Amino acid sequence: MAKLACNEKLQPSVKAEQDDTLTTARKLRVFWRRFKKNKTAVLGLSIIVFLTLVAIFAPFVATHDPEGTDEDLYNIDAPPSRDNWWGTDELGRDVFSRSVYGARISLAVGLVSVSIAIFIGTLWGAIAGYYGGRLDNVMMRIVDAIMSFPTLLLLITIMAVFEPSIWNVMIVLGLTSWPSISRFVRAEFLSLKQREFAEAARASGASDARIIFRHILPNATAPIIVAATLGLANAILSESALSFLGIGVQPPTPSWGNMLTNAQDLASMIDAPWKAFFPGFLIFVTVLSFNFLGDGLRDALDPRLKQ
Amino acid sequence: MFVYTFRRTLLAIPLLIMISIISFTIINMAPGDVTSMFINPDSDPADIAALRAHFGLDKPLLVRYFIWLGRVLTGDLGTSMWVGRPVLDMIMERLPNTLILAGVSMLLSFAVAIPFGIISATKRYSIFDYTSTTFAFVGLSLPNFWFGLMLILLFSLKLGWLPSGGMRANFDEFELIDRLRHLILPAIVLATGTMASKTRYMRSSMLEVIRQDYIRTARSKGLSERVVIYKHALKNALLPIITLFGLLLPSLVSGAVITESIFSWPGIGRLVVEAIWTRDYPVIMGVNMMGAIMVIIGSLIADIGYALADPRIKYN
Repeated sequence: MAKLACNEKLQPSVKAEQDDTLTTARKLRVFWRRFKKNKTAVLGLSIIVFLTLVAIFAPFVATHDPEGTDEDLYNIDAPPSRDNWWGTDELGRDVFSRSVYGARISLAVGLVSVSIAIFIGTLWGAIAGYYGGRLDNVMMRIVDAIMSFPTLLLLITIMAVFEPSIWNVMIVLGLTSWPSISRFVRAEFLSLKQREFAEAARASGASDARIIFRHILPNATAPIIVAATLGLANAILSESALSFLGIGVQPPTPSWGNMLTNAQDLASMIDAPWKAFFPGFLIFVTVLSFNFLGDGLRDALDPRLKQ
Repeated sequence: MFVYTFRRTLLAIPLLIMISIISFTIINMAPGDVTSMFINPDSDPADIAALRAHFGLDKPLLVRYFIWLGRVLTGDLGTSMWVGRPVLDMIMERLPNTLILAGVSMLLSFAVAIPFGIISATKRYSIFDYTSTTFAFVGLSLPNFWFGLMLILLFSLKLGWLPSGGMRANFDEFELIDRLRHLILPAIVLATGTMASKTRYMRSSMLEVIRQDYIRTARSKGLSERVVIYKHALKNALLPIITLFGLLLPSLVSGAVITESIFSWPGIGRLVVEAIWTRDYPVIMGVNMMGAIMVIIGSLIADIGYALADPRIKYN
């Protein structure tokens, strides 16, 4: 099996220059065959697709107005019922509908912040890994310094300084999570730049930027994709933690994290535990799905990394 | 060995300086400052200026950084702008509580992760292995604030077995049972987050060792599997775990912030959450620096410990 996979990998690279689209299709087929063997990864992907659809079509899925109406105030802290599937909160707002809209926030924050982190992390890691030497040394010391901060403490510090809002959460999460991605990319670049294809590009007089972005980067996408998926899991967890502490997404915008803020006092926990249970459970399921998916992607994209 | 320790310690210094610059820069990007807590919109500008001068906020940024750094080097982390007490004192009186919680949860997570990792590795691809892998993913994905609340809901509010927060019920004297009862839930919550990666790490480290020649030799000598695994393999498989201790410190500190605020545990995590609301920058910066310093010292100890424990590794 290992030999077979190896052959499949080799062949397309030989033909690569003849037909680009064919190799891409073949690579995808090989990838999919490996990926679908991992049951938990397929389950994770299905849940993520489902949640994404729910988030996109939130207005059609939600049964109530997530921001609440005046009438809601007559129905506060109501237990789950036929009308309010997951109960209502301290302002009588429907927990299910708020959770549905919360999916939008969580996924959007995750996607935007991870995109920022990938952009900076890839650029930083590519430059450090490609040029090496002193520059690499200085750049990686900066990465070390940022990574020595306990992440949440750093996030709290920054969010305390800036106005808490959904945009700031996205930016701050992006600006604090790139260092680990840059490490992956740097390691990949350190080995790839020594390979023949990079040497060949250099010999043919290609500029550094061209070698980095056109020749080496496309070969380093696998670890970046895996890092992005696992990064999404972390971003969603961090956003919910910040929102929970009151320095992330601000109410009345519903976020799974800030829905738990008002649910945490002991009186609420006794009288209306559903307020805390459902949003938290959704965070858990979403993060778990991204972790499963990331693990499956790693095995399928790069069998060498398999533990 | 001495040279390695010395060099490794020297390397930590530029890291510390960079950390101080980063935290100082972030905090000084703040739009408002502490004076806004003491004034109302009608205040006389002269009074505001006097107040700012009192806190040293009128000096240029660079000057303020060096004044602050000079003080830090003499152990003065500044004075809380809100409570008026030295930040170092505030941190020091709460640090032991954080260390107790972090230490106990560290022990707890190793106590679970090491045996689970060993069994997963020796019975690879068994039901136990798959179950423990799944649990590792669950532990990694649980939002600790939600997990904490659910434990409170079950064990404190429904069953009434354990207290829902605080560090003690008996304020008059030290009572071990009382302290332990308060410690159980927060320690479990804090341990769960890092338990997952420890189990995975232990598993792959054990798998690595089992493949080695000397294990085959031990087996071919006719030693029982028990002796081979627990006497010959375990010692070497445990070595990389020392490094893991250093690697997981930042997430332990992050976890402590959330856990402490859920369980009203009077540690430095709760201190920083309280300081956010008053924009008490010296406190936030002090805790941030303290957290980073603890992480650096922790990984320093882990690296040196690893070098001491594993004579195969040569450091130059």
